[in-house]
Amino acid sequence: MTETVTTPTPAGDATGAPLIEMTDVGKAYGAVRALEGINVRVDAGEITCVLGDNGAGKSTLIKIMAGLHQHSEGTVRVDGEEVRFDSPRQALEKGIATVYQDLAVVGLMEVWRNFFLGSEKRKRFGPFNALDSNAMRKTAKEELSKMGIELADLNQPIGTLSGGQRQCVAIARAVYFGARVLILDEPTAALGVKQSGVVLKYVAKAREAGLGVVFITHNPHHAYMVGDHFVVLKLGRMSLDAHREEITLEDLTALMAGGDELETLAHELQRSGVASADVVKEIEAVEHPHDRPQGTQA
Amino acid sequence: MSQTLETAPPPVERTAEPPRKSLLTILLERPEIGAFVAAVAIFVFFFAVAPPFRSLAAFSTVLYDSSTIGIMAVGVALLMIGGEFDLSAGVAVITAALTAAMLSYELSLNLWVGAIVALALALTIGFANGWLVMKTGIPSFLVTLSTFFMLQGINLGVTKLLTGTVATTNVSNMDGFDTLRTIFASSPFSIGGFTLRITVVWWLFFVALATWLLIRTRVGNWIFAVGGNAASARAVGVPVKAVKIGLFMGVGSLAWFYGMHRLYAFSTVQSGEGVGNEFLYIIAAVVGGCLLTGGYGSPVGAAIGAFIFGMTRQGIVYAGWDPSWYRFFLGAMLLIAVVVNLYVRQYASSRKVPTK
Repeated sequence: MTETVTTPTPAGDATGAPLIEMTDVGKAYGAVRALEGINVRVDAGEITCVLGDNGAGKSTLIKIMAGLHQHSEGTVRVDGEEVRFDSPRQALEKGIATVYQDLAVVGLMEVWRNFFLGSEKRKRFGPFNALDSNAMRKTAKEELSKMGIELADLNQPIGTLSGGQRQCVAIARAVYFGARVLILDEPTAALGVKQSGVVLKYVAKAREAGLGVVFITHNPHHAYMVGDHFVVLKLGRMSLDAHREEITLEDLTALMAGGDELETLAHELQRSGVASADVVKEIEAVEHPHDRPQGTQA
Repeated sequence: MSQTLETAPPPVERTAEPPRKSLLTILLERPEIGAFVAAVAIFVFFFAVAPPFRSLAAFSTVLYDSSTIGIMAVGVALLMIGGEFDLSAGVAVITAALTAAMLSYELSLNLWVGAIVALALALTIGFANGWLVMKTGIPSFLVTLSTFFMLQGINLGVTKLLTGTVATTNVSNMDGFDTLRTIFASSPFSIGGFTLRITVVWWLFFVALATWLLIRTRVGNWIFAVGGNAASARAVGVPVKAVKIGLFMGVGSLAWFYGMHRLYAFSTVQSGEGVGNEFLYIIAAVVGGCLLTGGYGSPVGAAIGAFIFGMTRQGIVYAGWDPSWYRFFLGAMLLIAVVVNLYVRQYASSRKVPTK
């Protein structure tokens, strides 16, 4: 990587600069180093999965991309141009949209108001600008049905929708507002199997639409189903950076399950009499998978 | 009747149509519904027990009394929908009125100058409240509680310092008095035999303006959003701080407006007044359906809340009872409103419209 050309390649070149490129990015909160030496690139039409345990630095990483936090080391380039976002709005202007775990929706507000929140459509009303609520309702309905979401009533508070539906509304909103990069923060974390499937379908749809997707998750199965590129974070550092063809689901699962740490823990527990020898064997089987993969859902 | 049976309409097929909400559901989903029902009940009650309450003149008095609470309640309701409180709203009214009166009198200026300086001061108080809340992250309850005590002290202290008494000198002979009085406190005028006070007109105007702002403009959308979920609002690019500071300044400007009314209605201002009124405004907003946690409510509801208090305050007098009971009623009403709103909202927001 040392020989990489540093002059930015012109944007719009299909094989040119990646949408987002992070080089040696680090972030310190006072004395605490949350991230260190992160190199991630996000390309159009690709799903980059960022995996990691709680506290591995996933949230910090996306907050830097989304403009909520600033990185304290390294460089972040968008279309080859170095950037430093002061606010989420600046990231949005560059086409980087984030769908947060809490979805950034306001539960008591109507679906259509949530859809356009922060980017409302307006029309002249005498000397004033008023909300163009009819156009917004119509557009929201169209955009949602494009994503395959049919809501009978867009006037219902978004809090009355199911978790999967809310997630899909949030994704549809980001796509509609011209997102080129879609950052999804644990979109399947709080969902059941069926709803997760629905959300993963929309994630794949966003890729087909040519977006660069950053998919944050701690579930290797969900990641492997849709991902093109996998990054695993551990204690603020990258412990894996691989393309789909370079890695199997078993590897990913083992890495996410905690790998060596988990085995050490099992042995410790065995010594102190908490875990039986069978449990340790079982864990070793997961870590060195030669038969079937074990579920690791949290 | 037999022939009409044949023309009975076939059962309506509405499988393709979104299921229509019943009128009851639509009504129950309105934030104002609880207050509206209560207002009707209270009106009927006083109509029955207090014969003087039945006259048009009495209704005019009730409306005027309601407007003196209602004007401020508009700003306080918007602020509450935006997720914040202002406990200094009651004394800020007096601060504005005192400033306008004493500045003009002490410096022998036209009253207009005093009015404009007072407006600037009221906006500054609102800005300071909002800025402190945003800057420190301390709950607005505490920040404005501090402002409340400081303003109360300033009102009394400065007035005593300048006039030697606790009230301002009468300003009715000064330049600009007549015009300002026409705007803020013109004498009651009659429409078709019904006596109307100017504050009632202003009150309805502010309610309409706030409703339009809230429902039909981008800022209104943002007010709901910052009150409902400030973090989400910020994440989608809503300028949360500016919206909230703006709402505090809105309360400030209405405090100025009502302060001007008090000054020009009585020509003098008592510096110790206004204390406790902040609760009236908040209660009117809550009774009108505003959620204490923000993100929900309506200026129309707050207006109905103010009307309830106007009716009761006057109704108790018309019924010949001890006015002390008004305070008891105030508390009881608040408690009932909070409980009713809680259940109504749970009922309304838990009704899932089926999706296809």
